[in-house]
Amino acid sequence: MSSLQQNVKDHTPNNIALRAHNVVVDIPGRNAGDPFTATICSGQRWGVLGPNGVGKTTLLHTLAGLRAPRSGDVLLEDASVFQLNRRDVARHLALVFQERQDSFPATVLETALIGRHPFLSLWQRESASDYQIALNALEQLSLAPMRDRLVSTLSGGERQRVAIATALAQTPSIWLADEPTNHLDLHHQVAVMQLLEKQAAQGAAVFMCLHDLNLAARWCDHLLLMFPDGELRFGAAKEMLVPDLLERLYGQALAVGNINGTAVFVPR
Amino acid sequence: MSAALFLLCCAGVFALCLSVAVGSVPLSLTEVWAVLTGGGEPLHRDLVLSLRAPRALAAFATGALLSLAGALMQVLLRNPLADPYVLGLSGGAAVGALAAMLCGAGMMVVSGSASLGALVSTLLVFGLAQGVGGWTPTRLLLTGVVVAAGWSAVITFILTMSPADSLPGMLYWLMGDLSYARTPVMAWAVLIPALLITLPLGRSLNVLARGPLQAAALGVSVRPLEWTVYVMASVLTAVAVTTAGSVGFVGLIVPHMLRLVLGNDQRLILPASALAGGALLTFADTLARTIIAPEQLPVGVITALFGVPTFLYLLYRSR
Repeated sequence: MSSLQQNVKDHTPNNIALRAHNVVVDIPGRNAGDPFTATICSGQRWGVLGPNGVGKTTLLHTLAGLRAPRSGDVLLEDASVFQLNRRDVARHLALVFQERQDSFPATVLETALIGRHPFLSLWQRESASDYQIALNALEQLSLAPMRDRLVSTLSGGERQRVAIATALAQTPSIWLADEPTNHLDLHHQVAVMQLLEKQAAQGAAVFMCLHDLNLAARWCDHLLLMFPDGELRFGAAKEMLVPDLLERLYGQALAVGNINGTAVFVPR
Repeated sequence: MSAALFLLCCAGVFALCLSVAVGSVPLSLTEVWAVLTGGGEPLHRDLVLSLRAPRALAAFATGALLSLAGALMQVLLRNPLADPYVLGLSGGAAVGALAAMLCGAGMMVVSGSASLGALVSTLLVFGLAQGVGGWTPTRLLLTGVVVAAGWSAVITFILTMSPADSLPGMLYWLMGDLSYARTPVMAWAVLIPALLITLPLGRSLNVLARGPLQAAALGVSVRPLEWTVYVMASVLTAVAVTTAGSVGFVGLIVPHMLRLVLGNDQRLILPASALAGGALLTFADTLARTIIAPEQLPVGVITALFGVPTFLYLLYRSR
C-alpha cells in the first residue's frame, strides 16, 4: 500500500467492516439485554468495557460467528457471519482468545503459522511467503528469538503475544481481541496497543474487550459499555468516559485525573 | 519430514520380508524373491503365498489401522491417553463376536457380527454423549469408558454361559491373534483409502488440536471435521478388530512415540503412525510365532516387551 493510500484511509475510515444488527447475545440462564446495533468501520478502534460476567467475551464470539445469538444478525460484507463459510470469515476476521488450549506441544513459529490456515487449500503446504508473514508477526511482537521454543515453556505474557502474533499472521481486516493486554507487562501493553493502532491506521477495524480504563481512554475512539442489568451504551470514547457512567458501570467509585489532556481513572 | 517417512517405509518393507522369510522352514531372501516372481519350489510357494505373506500383510494392515485410529482419536479427544478402544468399540465388537461364537457360527459370521457390535457401540456412545448442548471431548470420553465397562460385564457373562469347548476360541479372539486373520484384503481395502482421506486433513487437525473455538476462528468447519475423524477412527478400529481381535497397545503407544521424536504435525504423524504401527506389529507377530515355536505367544506380549522400554526411554529424554 502506498503512503498516499494509507493517508486516505487514515482520514476516511468509512468502509463498513462489520455490522451488528439487533444482536442479543445468548448467555444461558440470563435475561436478554439490550439489542446491539452498530456499524464497525475500518480504521475504528472499539473498546468494550464492563464488569466480569457481563457478556463481553460472549459478544465477541457472537460477532465472530462462533456462537449463535438469541436474536439478531452480524453482517460481514452484507452476508451473515452465521451463514458464511468459516474459512471465508477467517480470511477477514481474526479473534484473539482470552483462554487457550495447548493439548499437544507446539513451537512458537508453528503456532504463528496456523494463522495462515484459512489461506491454504487442503493439499497446500505453507509457502515461503507464509513463513515470512509468520516470522514478521513474531518480529513485531519481539518473539523472533524464541521462535523454536515450545509454547508450553513460555510465560503467560509471552503466550499472550504468541496469540496476537497468530492473529497478525492471519492478516485480518477485522480484529476481535479479548483482553489483548492480559498478562502483559507495561511495555508490552503499550506495544500491543500501538500495534493495533497501526493495524487500524492501515485500514483494519479493531474491536477489543478491555479491563483497563486508561488503556481504553488512550487507545480507543469508540467505547461500548455493557452494564450488569443488560443496558448497553456506546458512542465516541469521549462521550462514554464520563465518571458517573463508569462508576455505575463497575459499581466502583473512581478518582479522575488528567495527564497531558487524557483522562486518567483510578479506583477510590 | 520425507526422510522420516522413507525410513519408516524401509522398516516396514524389512519387517514384511523378515516375516515372510522366518519360520519353521527358514527361507533366504533369494528364495523369497524366487517365489514372489513366480518361481521357487512348491513347498516354498505354499509357505509364502498361502501362509506367511497373508499373515504378514494382515499384521501390517492391522498395526497400521490401529495406530492411525489411535492418532486420530488423540487429536479428536485432545487427550494423550486416548486409544482406538477408549470409546468402547472393541467391547462392542467382542460382544458381537462372542455372541456369534456362542451360537456356533462360522468365521465369516463372527467377523460380520463383530463389525455390527462395533457399529452399535459407536452409535451408542455417540448418541449418549450428545446430551444437552452437543458432545464435548470429556463427555464423549467418559461415555465411552462407561459403555466399555458395560460391554466387559456382558463379555464376562457370555464367557460364563459358554460351553467349555468354545472357550479357547473366544479367549484367543479377545487377546487378539493374527493366526485367525484369514485374509488381509479387507484391512488393506480400508487402510489405503483411509490414508488418502486423512492426509489432506492433517493441517486442519493441527488447528483442531488447539481447541474447537480457536479452530473455528481459523476457518475450520469443526463439527464436520470431528464427525469425519470420529467415523474414520471407528471404521479403522472396527476393521482391525474384525481382522485380528483386540490387539492392544499399538494404537496408544505408536503415535506417542512418533510425537516424541517427530513433533506434532499431523500431516507427518498420521502417515508415520500407519507405517510405524504396521512395521511394529509385523515384526512383533514374527517374533510371537517363532520365539517359542511351535508354540505361539500372543502378539501383544511382544509389542509391550519392546514398546514399553522404548516409550519410557523416549519420554525420559524428551524436552
